[in-house]
Amino acid sequence: MTATTALSAPSAPVRPAAGRSPAPAARRRAVLRWIAVHAVAVAAALFFVLPFVFVFLTSVMSDDQAMSGTLWPTEWHWSNYAEVFTTPGFLDWWRNSLMYAGLGTLCTVCSSVPVAYALAKFRFRGRRTAMMLVISTMMLPPQVIVIPMYLVWAQQLHLSGSLWPLIIPMAFGDAYSIFLLRQFLLTIPREYLESAKVDGCGEIGTLLRIVVPMAKPGIAAVALFQFFYCWNDYFGPQIYAAQNPGAWTLSYGLESFKSAHSVNWNLTMAATLLVMAPVIIVFFFAQKAFVEGVTLTGVKG
Amino acid sequence: MATLTNSTALRRKARRERLRTLGFLSPWLVGFSVFFGYPLIATVYFSFMHYNQIEAPTFVGLRNWRYVLEQMPLFGPALWNTLWLVVVMVALRVVFGLGIGLLVTRIKSGVGFFRTAFYLPYLAPPVAATVAFVFLLNPGTGPVNDILGKVGIDAPNWFNDPAWAKPSLVLLSLWGIGDLMVIFMAALLDVPRDQYEAAELDGAGAFHKFRYVTWPSITPIVMFAVVTGVVQTMQYYTQALVAGKLASGVSIGPGTVIQPGYPDHSTLTVPQLVYSLGFQNFNTGAACVLSLVLFAIAMAVTTLLMRRRAGLLSAED
Repeated sequence: MTATTALSAPSAPVRPAAGRSPAPAARRRAVLRWIAVHAVAVAAALFFVLPFVFVFLTSVMSDDQAMSGTLWPTEWHWSNYAEVFTTPGFLDWWRNSLMYAGLGTLCTVCSSVPVAYALAKFRFRGRRTAMMLVISTMMLPPQVIVIPMYLVWAQQLHLSGSLWPLIIPMAFGDAYSIFLLRQFLLTIPREYLESAKVDGCGEIGTLLRIVVPMAKPGIAAVALFQFFYCWNDYFGPQIYAAQNPGAWTLSYGLESFKSAHSVNWNLTMAATLLVMAPVIIVFFFAQKAFVEGVTLTGVKG
Repeated sequence: MATLTNSTALRRKARRERLRTLGFLSPWLVGFSVFFGYPLIATVYFSFMHYNQIEAPTFVGLRNWRYVLEQMPLFGPALWNTLWLVVVMVALRVVFGLGIGLLVTRIKSGVGFFRTAFYLPYLAPPVAATVAFVFLLNPGTGPVNDILGKVGIDAPNWFNDPAWAKPSLVLLSLWGIGDLMVIFMAALLDVPRDQYEAAELDGAGAFHKFRYVTWPSITPIVMFAVVTGVVQTMQYYTQALVAGKLASGVSIGPGTVIQPGYPDHSTLTVPQLVYSLGFQNFNTGAACVLSLVLFAIAMAVTTLLMRRRAGLLSAED
């Protein structure tokens, strides 16, 4: 069903209840309930959708109009978007965001899959403890350990002012990804792995040829989550990249963009939409993997 | 003789398996020790040191602890704000998320549209969402107060009013409820249908059906949402910081030292205070003390989660 029919639908079924000879009570109750549910749904949808609409409308207004608090643009200034791109630094922020998110995701997947596999399928002493430790790190606020880590990266390794202090740790497993992948790998029947071994597959062969292909949806979900995490991260770049504008990411730069254009809400809203765009585009292509991943963390224990 | 070779073979096999396990776990073992174990110990060490990140650290005993817990003027407001957000934000998010989840399972037409509409804001990068909300709720130029004014409602100053700044942040977080909606939706669809039918035969109304059929079935998920929500809100940082900075209207770039928590420290959270102490005032010792306070609270919640499990470790095999 398309968006327009869904939004206009609630008015349609009023007719049978009002016009015709009285329908059976149960039927009328069902119709009333249908109307009530969809009216609430439309109201809720407005709450979720209107911010996007207002942001978009403001992003194509003229400077003056964006200041005036009017809702509908009198002229459509599409050039605002071009102007955002010509702002010094904006393209660098794109490049940095893509590098952080791309390399970060790659490192996370490569390092977390074998760990999750071992935690899901190997029998060894202490694996319950290991799992508990993974979950503990997952729950730990990043602010708890950031100060000593910063001192190491800045004073011993001299890598502050770049995104490497954020990317390199991802090559050593990420608790959240390990947890999610393990939940996924638990669903792969042991028989598959055993028959692979009977066929002479080594442990690494089994992982690459049986487990990885079967766990593709789980891996896709983890990759998406990690990509979005890096793309959205503000705290990390603020710690390590702040002193070097050449290393800023979009999420971090956006705030300074607003500060630099202190009166230009139209440009700021255009930039805001440009920061949101990749995430929303990726979501539409990978909706299933994403929703599955969210469900998996919460429901399938 | 036969048994002897047999047992050495077994032992060798066991050793091989141990090595294999260690091999597969090695990325995490390294990561856990280097990026978790070491900094945690170092944080404890620095909490007893005076260290300004230039001169060598000197031991000061409990002075940092006393300073943070007894004298630091911003510790009280930051802790209060964080706890306020933990209670109000988590409670409202769970209630609202469950409401939206229930709504979605009852929609008959246009499910796809509504689900996407409810979910999309969750994906908006926090900084972008915050910038957008500071604009939307801007008392002078924002469309929200404009509309409210037209229908005759005297709108608050949102992010610019100490009494409304935190509720504005709550509103922003309710907008991004998509993840909870999906989790609750899946849990609600898992409730066995026949139990509803049985309840209906017994003459149960909507409330009784929810109370005696739906609720017992979804409590683990609600519990999960509460605990992860508490842990997330303990870390609440980006939105509060960006909202405060932008609403204050100070035209400065990131990295500039300003007192966080505008207006009147109403949006100052513990993580912001950690950042401000450690990276702006270079009071490493006090920042580490504050980190450990955060850690203690987070750990207490995690332990609770482990005990209740909340579905996290139930599928051991």
